[in-house]
Order: sequence, then C-alpha cells, then structure tokens
Amino acid sequence: MNSKIRKAGRHTSQNEGLIFEKSSTGKRAFELPPLDVPAVDPVRALGAHHRLGGVEHFPEVSEIEVLRHFTRLSTWNYAIDLGMYPLGSCTMKYNPRVNEFVARLDGLATEHPYQPQELSQGCLKILQLLEKCLLEITGMDSITLQPAAGAQGEMTGLLLIRAYLEKQGNPRKKVLIPDSAHGTNPATAVIAGYEVENIKSESHGQIDVDKLRELVTEDVAALMVTNPSTLGIFEQRIPEIAEILHTKGALLYMDGANMNALTGITRPGDFGVDVMHLNLHKTFSTPHGGGGPGTGPVAMKKILEPFRPVPVLVEKDGGRLALDANRPDSIGRVKAFVGNFGLLVRALAYILAYGPGVREATEDAVINANYIRKHLEGVFDLPYSLPSMHEVVFSDALQKKNGVNTMDIAKRLIDYGFHPYTTAFPLIVPGALMIEPTESESKEECDLFIDAMRAIALEAAENPALVKTAPHTTRVRRLDEVGAARKPILRWKSTDKPEGKLHHATKTQHPEPTPSV
Amino acid sequence: MRYLPKSPAERQEMLAAIGVKSAEELFSSIPERYRLKKLLNLPGPMSEAEVISYFKERAAENSTGYSSFLGAGVYNHLRSVVTDVIIQRGEFLTSYTPYQAEITQGTLQAIFEFQTLICQLTGQEVANASMYDGSTATTEAILMAERLTDRRRVLVARSLHPEYRHVLGTYARNCGLQLEEIPYGSAGTIDQKALHSALRDDVAAVVVQSPNFFGAIEETAELAGVVHGVGALLVVAITEGVSLGLLKPPAEADIVAMEGQSFGLAPSYGGPFVGVMASRDKFVRQLPGRLAGETADTEGRRGFVLTLATREQHIRREKATSNICTNQALCALAATVHLTLLGKEGLREMAHQNFSKAAFALGELEKIPGVRRAFPAPFFNEFTVEFPRSVKLVNAQLLKDKIIGPFVLGTAYPELTKHALVCVTETTSRAQIEHFAGALRRVLEVPL
Repeated sequence: MNSKIRKAGRHTSQNEGLIFEKSSTGKRAFELPPLDVPAVDPVRALGAHHRLGGVEHFPEVSEIEVLRHFTRLSTWNYAIDLGMYPLGSCTMKYNPRVNEFVARLDGLATEHPYQPQELSQGCLKILQLLEKCLLEITGMDSITLQPAAGAQGEMTGLLLIRAYLEKQGNPRKKVLIPDSAHGTNPATAVIAGYEVENIKSESHGQIDVDKLRELVTEDVAALMVTNPSTLGIFEQRIPEIAEILHTKGALLYMDGANMNALTGITRPGDFGVDVMHLNLHKTFSTPHGGGGPGTGPVAMKKILEPFRPVPVLVEKDGGRLALDANRPDSIGRVKAFVGNFGLLVRALAYILAYGPGVREATEDAVINANYIRKHLEGVFDLPYSLPSMHEVVFSDALQKKNGVNTMDIAKRLIDYGFHPYTTAFPLIVPGALMIEPTESESKEECDLFIDAMRAIALEAAENPALVKTAPHTTRVRRLDEVGAARKPILRWKSTDKPEGKLHHATKTQHPEPTPSV
Repeated sequence: MRYLPKSPAERQEMLAAIGVKSAEELFSSIPERYRLKKLLNLPGPMSEAEVISYFKERAAENSTGYSSFLGAGVYNHLRSVVTDVIIQRGEFLTSYTPYQAEITQGTLQAIFEFQTLICQLTGQEVANASMYDGSTATTEAILMAERLTDRRRVLVARSLHPEYRHVLGTYARNCGLQLEEIPYGSAGTIDQKALHSALRDDVAAVVVQSPNFFGAIEETAELAGVVHGVGALLVVAITEGVSLGLLKPPAEADIVAMEGQSFGLAPSYGGPFVGVMASRDKFVRQLPGRLAGETADTEGRRGFVLTLATREQHIRREKATSNICTNQALCALAATVHLTLLGKEGLREMAHQNFSKAAFALGELEKIPGVRRAFPAPFFNEFTVEFPRSVKLVNAQLLKDKIIGPFVLGTAYPELTKHALVCVTETTSRAQIEHFAGALRRVLEVPL
C-alpha cells in the first residue's frame, strides 16, 4: 500500500455469486398471510392462460441469504456516503436522510394517484409549495413537475416551445446546440421533431455570439444552452444571446443541470431564459440511486403556460386544490400520473431545511471548486481560464506526454479512496477531467483530494505504468468492455456454469475514453 | 447549517487560499445587474424535527383510514421491510450510474440480475436496466418498432391504459407516427374484426395491454400470429406485473413494456415507479436505455459493465435510440430485491391470492341487485362491473363508509359512465370486501 494514500486502506470484501446460483428448490424468503377466501383453481378458471408451475428458474432462497446477497453487493460500490464523488455535471451532494424518512410516511407513500382529490389535499399542498419554491428560485412564472428526469424535462421544454410557435403559425425546423452540451440535448431535439445545428464555442469556451447572430434565422425555434456551461463557466453574454433569439422570434431554453452554481445568486428568469428544466436529483439532493430515479420539472415564462402538460395544479375557491386535465392547448402528458411524487417530497424537504440559506450551499459549492482549481492549476492543464463556478475542467495534456490519459488518472484516483471525476466530457476539451466537488465536502476532504491528484500527477511522470494499470486495489481490475459489447451476455441462463462463461481472459484493451456524465 | 461541513474559519481559510475576500467575488462573472441583492423568499430554514412535522401534517390531510378498491395501473401489494433496508443502504442509495465499473460492481450485478428476472417473468430474451414508467416504456416500444420496421402506422388498443395512450400521443405527434385506436369488443378484449381490417403491411406495431385496462386477459399468442402476418410487431404492455406469477407470459410478443410498481414499490401518489422493457436478442441494438453485461477483468474474474453504449445519447447524441439518461435504477433495485424475496413460490402464491380474492369480490358484488359483470373475458385481480347508476355518484356515497370506491371508467371512456373497474389484491381482506359489498348494496337500495 502506497503510504501517500491517506484516505483508503485495505479491507476484506466478500465474494458473492449471482442469486440464481444460490437457488435451491423449496427455500423461500417471503410468506403471505393465509388466504381468507375460497381458493380458485387457476387451471379451471384460466385454461390456456395459466402459467403452470410458476416462473421457471426464479430464485428460491431464504431471507438471510437475500439480505446477505444484496449487502455484499452493496459493499462493492462507492457512494457519497463513503466520500467525495467529484463527478462533474452530476452534482453528487449529500442526500439528507430525513428526506428518505418523510417520503415513506404513511399518508404520503400510501396514497393512490386516483383517490378522490378531497382526500389528497396533503399531497397537492406539497406540490403547490414545491412549485412556489422552484418558481422563486428560477425567477420564472409557471412550472410543471411531471417530467421524470432531466432528459424528459428537456423534451417537455422543447414541446412547449414547439406548441407555442405552432400556435403562432410555424413550429420552425431547427434547434441550435453548443458543442459543449450534454448528449441528451441533441437526442431530445430529435424526439421533439427538430433538426439539430451545432454551434462551435469561441476560444474562451463561451458561445460564439457573432456566429449565433448569423445562425439565428426564421427557421430556428430555440437555442438550448447550459448555464453555467459544462466547462463550469457562466455564459456572460446570456442576456444578449436571449435578445438575439427573441428578435427573431426564437426562444431560449436553459439546461438547468448546473443550477447548483446559481441557486440564491441569480435567476434564469431574470437574465432572459424562456424555459428551463431542473434536475431535482442534482441541485435538490434527491438520491441518484445508482442511476435514478430523477425528476425534471420544467419552469417557464407566462407565454408558455397554456401549453403545460396535463394535469395542472389549480387552486379553487376556498383554497381547495385540484388537478385540472382540461387544457385545450396542452402538449399532453409526458408520463403517467402527476410525476415522481416521492422525489418531489424529498426535494421540498431539502428546500425547507435550507430556506433562504440555500445561497450558502451555492457559495460553498463554488468555493470548493475554486479551492481545488487553485491547488491543481499547473499540475494539470487548464484549457479555459475564465472563472470557474461550481466545477472546474482540466485536461490531461501534461500527462498525455507520458502516455497517461484522463481515464488512467481517474482509475488511479480509485486507489486513493475517491470516486473518479467525469472523464472525457465536455467533448470540446480533449482528455477532459471535469471536477465538481459540491458543497458537501469539507476542507479536509478537499485537501485529501488535492493531495491525491498531485500524487497521481507525480506518478504519471515517474511511473506511468502504475497509473495506466490502475486501479490496483479494487475487487476487479479493468474490465473488458470491448469483449462485453462484441458478444453481449445480458442475462443469466440456467445452462450457465457457476462463475459465468469464462471469457478467455483477453488482455484488456484500452479504448479511447468515452464520455461518462 | 447542518448539511454544510465548514466552520466559518475554514471557509475564510479557503477563500484566502483562492485569493478572494468574500464568496461574492467568486460570482463576479455573472453580470452585476443579474445578481440577487436579497435572499430568496423561501419557507424555512427548518430543523429535522420541523421538516418531519410539516410532512406529517400534510400526510394527515390525505386518505388514511380508508379502504380502497383502486388499481388502474397502481397497485397495493405487500412489501417486505427487507427491501427498504437494502435500498436505503448508502452504497446503493447514494451511488451514481455505474460508469466506473470497478467501484460499482454491486449496482452492475444487481442490474444484471434484474434483467434476468424480467426475462424469466416475461418470456423474453433481453431486458434493459429500466425506463421511467410503464407509460414511457410503452412509448419507447413503439418508437423502437418504428426503427425496426421503418413503418409509421401504429395500432393501439383502446383498452390500453388511457394515460399511456395519452403519453403515446404526446411523443408520436412530433415523430411522424400515426396512431390509430382499435376498439374493444363485447368480451372486453380487443375487437379482432376491427384489428383485422386495420392491419396492413404499413403497420409498424400493434399495442395491446394484458390484462387490459378493463382487467380482461388478451389472447396475446393468437394476436402475435395475426400481427406477424403483415410483418408488424406486437407490443404487449403490462401494468400489473404480479399477474405474471399466474399467467402465461407474452413470449410471442416482440416487445414487452411493463410497469414494475407492483414489485415492491409504494403507490406514492403516482411515482417514482419503474418502467420495464424486454424484447428479443435480435432486436437488442434498437433497444433504448442502459444495459449491464457480463465480462471479465484483466485477470479473468467475472465482472459486469454497462454495455452496447453506442445506442445511447452520451455517445451517439442526435442519432441515439432515445434521449433517456437517468432512469429508475433504485426502483429497479427495489424490484430486484422484492422479486428475489418473493421467489418462485412467493410470487405464485401472491398471484394466486390476488386471483382468488378478485373472484370472491366479483361473486359478492354480483349478488347485489342491479350489479353485473360487464365483460366475460377471464381476469386476474381487476374486473369491470356495471352499476345501475353513475359510478361517480355511487363512489361519493361510499366515502361515508370510509371506502374509496373503484376506478370510474367514465372519466376515460364516456360510453362507460356506469362501469367501475374494481381492484382487489392480497392486501384486501375478506372483511373489507364484504364491507364494500354491504355498503354498495345499501347505496343502491336508496332510490335516486
């Protein structure tokens, strides 16, 4: 063990096969209360529809085995609860446990979306208060809480724009997207029925305003901009950008993925944004849960309000709340029911805990990013020097000279007890290291991270092979991704031997790093 | 603030190290006139105890104390406390998408097990790591069918969940897809004659739900033959996954889109749930969403990675199969743990209890003068009955007996204002069913 590695030490981890490999006929982990009505014979009642003998090869294990199985698996994961998770663009902040507690309360978790609205006033009040809070934070006029994630929020936003323009006679053809954008932006524009036109960033990593002026024609429906950009830099000319679009009748969409840099400091509604989504699983602390669930509320200016997805929350006389599905201009539903309610509860719990003090969280997030930047500048190449907000983007240009790339450095960071930063994104920075510490990290944790990064830079110069073969301390070493994609094995089969169909241990190839955001 | 780990002195030290006097200076790149001069007008700050009180007060304003006969896409089922213990482990709860495979093997193996369980349940060959919910899984299924067939017409059973149809419409409008509705027949299942006459070789997919929104079980195997006859794909949507413990899976379908809420997830006023998509191996490259695959590390040990990422938005951008990024991972994990706990016997028994209790409930309701079963097709745990008067009026009366009555079909089907969709699960006791039947009898005895 390297003595420089202060944060992590060795510990034993348990081996564990697939649950299907532990199965043995007759074991069970769940018992039901006895049936209190006459049992119906399914063979007689269902005939050919009956599934004889239950689900084939379904696991048969006991409760302790299930608990141990998943507990063992859990110990193979890194998590915010274990340490800094500096994934740029992902805002891996502390997920307060009280949020989990309140989302599970009887009377909230138990409620059915179709129960009478007079018996749902508590749920509806939660939705109303969250709407008000998010409008105050964004400076917008109206909101929908329905979208299930950021990407669905983006789609909802573009459909609102489309509906608005259609109502004026022409939905237009194109959506402009900067080359620094998240991959979801162009993928979403296509689903909303638009062609994508990419805009190259200017030399400081900002949107090229002159180029934009040329590109905005009567064919352009909107510009999708992430602000701060994926470089962690505020788009300083955003009011001017909004004006260029508005002059030509186009709208400004803001990807709110980086709202953790702005909350309490400035409001998109004030600087010209027409519509934006928020990722409640980023800025508002709902847990990432290994990839979801998320929520992507969409806040908008008054002009887009008539087109919001149904149902919309309305306040009737006497303060009674109701869900109204009768909106002739609505874009329709984007998912079933009112949205990911349980997550909306968690996000509101987060906002209530901070109150107006949420500004302090934003400040600390920006302090942490700049503190790290200050200590790593020079050690790593900083391709864009404009002030950083909540995240800082370096490149591997200095280490590349010794054959060490961003992915190698990221993998070595694991040995030092950290989750890697985001690698190879944004695409406009070759070999990007995108670091977002969030406000949840103490000075001590930031210092440990800085020490680790400096130590790795030294290793990259003196012993590049050590970095290139990292991680060295994990349960498994680098995995054969090329082989996995060439011959996909996507499920267990009863004919498999325990420990899998062994892959003729091919030497892992090092594919060019692909973006992981 | 309790979530922020810096003392005032540490904050000052960090600002000094950066070379600024105040945090305000760090925001100098935001034009001055757009910087807020005062604090946001938000409620709070609240201590943990105050946060809990606020939500307990809201919870008390909901439906506690009522028994419910609602299903219609969201079902009340038993859930083991073990599921919640597992998904609240920080290593699962506070972990990100497993892009860094070496330190997310736990999540990756669990996804691989989820994919396997879904294949076993549905009789399909490949399943993804999850979609947002049943409605968007169904939508992604028709978009996938469009890519596979290069056709634009999609025939959708009117007995598909009304909100799913609504979501399909939202997406289809801008993708050049043409949706046509196929009515239901007198049995409560899809009108075969209408389907035959609409089915031509320009159809990409036929979408049916089974058991359908009226509770009726569709003849999916037979439908698959008809649909395949014109080169179209059969998409089967499932809102009640527990039915698969007792019913033959739609193995003949080309794509199965399912809502997995029944597998260990609370109703939670409509979400978060988990969308499930399963299909055939040969279609895997058109399947949207994340996939975990088995592989080996440099030393030959079994491990798992996210794979076939060239289908996805972060690689393919505008040419991706879907824009989905964040999915419902933790809900999929809950489903994995729940299904593992139930196991083969538990799932079969749970399904059988649902089936028996629903049959019992129908028997009790049919004894009431004026109440009749609406459709003869076999059902699982939901069935449609016709009342002699508007269901809406009846339900308003039932509330006095602390009963949340069945789903009012008239809200989605104007022709069915007297029809009610009754749902009974293993959580509904015989006493509750008898109480409901008794209350309904009394309501209907009073002349209008």
